[in-house]
Amino acid sequence: MKEQGMSLIVKRVTKITVSLIFLFGVYIVLHGHISPGGGFAGGVIIALSFIHLVLAFGKETALKRLSEAAASVIESLGGLFFWGIGLLGLFAGGVFFINVLPKGRPFDLFSSGSILLSNVAIAMKVGAGLFAIFIAMAVLRIPVDEGDKQKR
Amino acid sequence: MLELEVILIFMIVAAVMAMEIEDLLSSVIALGAVGIGLTLEFLILRAPDLAITQLVVEILSLIILIRATVGRDVSPVKTGIKWGYFAFALLFVSVFLWFSYQAIMGLPSFGSPIMKVGSEYISEGVRWTHATNIVSAIILDFRGYDTLGEATVLFTSVVGVVAVLRMVGKKR
Repeated sequence: MKEQGMSLIVKRVTKITVSLIFLFGVYIVLHGHISPGGGFAGGVIIALSFIHLVLAFGKETALKRLSEAAASVIESLGGLFFWGIGLLGLFAGGVFFINVLPKGRPFDLFSSGSILLSNVAIAMKVGAGLFAIFIAMAVLRIPVDEGDKQKR
Repeated sequence: MLELEVILIFMIVAAVMAMEIEDLLSSVIALGAVGIGLTLEFLILRAPDLAITQLVVEILSLIILIRATVGRDVSPVKTGIKWGYFAFALLFVSVFLWFSYQAIMGLPSFGSPIMKVGSEYISEGVRWTHATNIVSAIILDFRGYDTLGEATVLFTSVVGVVAVLRMVGKKR
């Protein structure tokens, strides 16, 4: 259990690619109202970049960046943020989820009012939630497995 | 659309392989082939949003499934075909296929919305929301309430998974 994670080659390549994957996820989220993609897909890509870290470096290194507790807090914040966007429409425009923010020009990055903010909220929710599921299902093994591993 | 049907047949073959193959890891990989085929189908049907989402979710679930199956000691179990069950399955599948044939024949033709709401979304969506990706405009603006419900479903499932699979108890 001294050497965690995969081989040296995988670790070097991961150091280069993981930030690019994260950046691509952020790009997909922020351009969700202009081009294909959106909060759900971008959030899953961001979660995949952290999962990439877990697979290559083992769980300690990755959980130092984003612990399970932090993931669940981010997920709840994303849900509250999305709900707050709905309430903003209710109080400012009279209808739940009506788009009251300034809409800007089509094809601009900061356009379409609350859709951009909703994408960010959904991405926080989906990304952190799926990362928490991955941590729970694939990393935290049940104690029976640990016993098996030591026997081998 | 010939390529649509070729990929469909490929997906059916991969799904049958995933069920029938003995090695569990090969079965998971065959399942991944089904997912990638579905991604190609979405691309051919010109739904890039769905294709991106399908691809990334497929990769995520494959990683989780491979992590769950690699290193487990799984010995194959030999079972013969039980003909009674087989006859029942055949009966139910044929009833299901008959009903779905009736339902599909009642659908409007591909790409032509018959409802006023759908036509309005397509023709007026950009003018109302200034979002050029119409899928985002629909799911986050016109149908934001639906998406809130969907987010609640995801939240509930995450809470369930973490609560069931959490190993360490809270310290008092």
